[in-house]
Amino acid sequence: MKVLVPVKRVIDYNVKVRVKADGSGVDLANVKMSMNPFDEIAVEEAIRLKEEGVASEVVAVSIGVKQAQETLRTALAMGADRAILIVAADDVHTDIEPLAVAKLLAAVVKEEEPGLVLAGKQAIDNDMNATGQMLSALLGWSQATFASEVTIEGDHALVTREVDGGLQTIKAKMPCIVTVDLRLNEPRYASLPNIMKAKKKPLDEKTPDDYGVDVSPRLSIVKTAEPPTRKAGVKVGSVDELITKLKDEAGVI
Amino acid sequence: MFAATMQFDLGEDVNAMREMVHRWAQDRVRPMAEEIDRKNLFPPELWQEMGELGLLGVTVPEEYGGAGMSYLAHVIAVEEIARASASVSLSYGAHSNLCVNQIKLNGTDEQRAKYLPRLISGEHVGALAMSEAGAGSDVVSMKLRAEKRNDRFILNGTKYWITNGCDADTLVVYAKTDPEAGSKGITAFLIEKEMVGFSTSEHFDKLGMRGSNTAELIFEDVEVPFENILGEEGKGVRVLMSGLDYERVVLAGIGTGIMAACLDEIMPYMVERKQFGQSIGNFQLMQGKIADMYTAMNSARAYVYEVAKACDRGDVTRQDAAACCLYASEQAMVQAHQAVQAMGGAGFLSDSPVARIFRDAKLMEIGAGTSEIRRMLVGREMMGAMR
Repeated sequence: MKVLVPVKRVIDYNVKVRVKADGSGVDLANVKMSMNPFDEIAVEEAIRLKEEGVASEVVAVSIGVKQAQETLRTALAMGADRAILIVAADDVHTDIEPLAVAKLLAAVVKEEEPGLVLAGKQAIDNDMNATGQMLSALLGWSQATFASEVTIEGDHALVTREVDGGLQTIKAKMPCIVTVDLRLNEPRYASLPNIMKAKKKPLDEKTPDDYGVDVSPRLSIVKTAEPPTRKAGVKVGSVDELITKLKDEAGVI
Repeated sequence: MFAATMQFDLGEDVNAMREMVHRWAQDRVRPMAEEIDRKNLFPPELWQEMGELGLLGVTVPEEYGGAGMSYLAHVIAVEEIARASASVSLSYGAHSNLCVNQIKLNGTDEQRAKYLPRLISGEHVGALAMSEAGAGSDVVSMKLRAEKRNDRFILNGTKYWITNGCDADTLVVYAKTDPEAGSKGITAFLIEKEMVGFSTSEHFDKLGMRGSNTAELIFEDVEVPFENILGEEGKGVRVLMSGLDYERVVLAGIGTGIMAACLDEIMPYMVERKQFGQSIGNFQLMQGKIADMYTAMNSARAYVYEVAKACDRGDVTRQDAAACCLYASEQAMVQAHQAVQAMGGAGFLSDSPVARIFRDAKLMEIGAGTSEIRRMLVGREMMGAMR
């Protein structure tokens, strides 16, 4: 079984994100970029499936700017077998919308015919949480989102999902789309020899035209603003004072 | 963590490597740094982890299990580990450069095949021994005697201040094979821990770099076969001096790593610490301090990285190897001093990270050649060019 893993190049999770002065978006000048952490978990899961003999090949795919090559090299260094980069933007500030990404991925799926797509539940830049679900709809495949455990059993996948209030286990018919959550696994560090070997693994470059997909945006960003700064709290001297304040000032009890 | 810094043009491979080492060191080593310092003990499991990540043979060809990468890459690995714990980085540098790289440079094919794979996997620990209690800066005055007897050498004497000394399985050791011949009477040997008559002291209690285990080596009639000569008999000083140039460059990365660690520690404090109703980082005297620290760090990086690239081209000079190490080491001390100052009373507490970094930084002006010797080398080489 072939596993397809879409990965996205996003602002590194350690970076303090700053909004551009004109509010048109987020400042990306000289900002460290990395693989979306949820995608890293998806790559790790795919590699583990391969190590267990469940998967035969792991293909990583990224859609974005040319520099997303580095992100794909990271996936290859972790253990993916080959990679596909669909260069869909020249400007690092251009974000390809989930529907366009899902259409491109659907086209890749038709070409590659994987038995499983393992994707991050969302990218930490725009937090859309939509691509996996849209891809499932476009392909007519079953979907299992927010996975914290994945077991492949013949023609179906047993997926434990993190839902409000607990865990839900569902049985999804293969082929399917699984989007992964934080607690599924802890991704490995790519070793130095594997970083060097990754350079020799195949990385195909494509364009949206190759797949006949229109990636022009359907949404326009009206405004980007930083979250309001939190106001300082108050210290209370006693439980009685706390209760009084909750009653009289906050009006919550 | 302070990440808003210039990205140097180091190439895709080295960047990918820095990313990996940074993450591993921050996730695994940094949380241990305080305990390593307090207990003065190296966590042995780190050898295996570094081995699995391929960090122990950065500059060694793939056929011996190495990563086949550059000195520049090695500097970056040392720097990122030092950023998490300087003492772990010192032990790492002693193993991966002083021992492993010396065997790579000077070993025969048989010696490389015998020793390198297990050193690179992390199964074995490596060390290098030149200093003695009476021979520090004047290393050629060493007294460890290697007497030829039939088909072997018999070693008698001691070595002092040996990083990883009490943990090492394989040691590169310099000894006098011809005491009358001065610098031409020194030979390098490959010593194995199990050799009869070889022993070590317990590791020393030190001001800083605690947890990087330093010990005395004791040789009592240790029999060493000829095949364990590293390089040629009587040519030990050549092995020693050529290795020292690379050693200085690679260990300079500890200095740049210490400076990065200083900023990692104090920058959040600049925001969180409030005096006179505002973050202390709003005050110009504090901004001046962090600006100076940033400038020193990236100046040192620029020089060290460039000298490392010269090592990779094969045209490094002793002058620059010593000068970049001198600068990075002394700046590490200066900036660690300022980092303690920036945190005031909080920085003066024994368990504060900057107090540890301050104590660790002092070794940079002493170990692997003192600042005085480095200055002497740079000045002498410069005057030599005028003759």
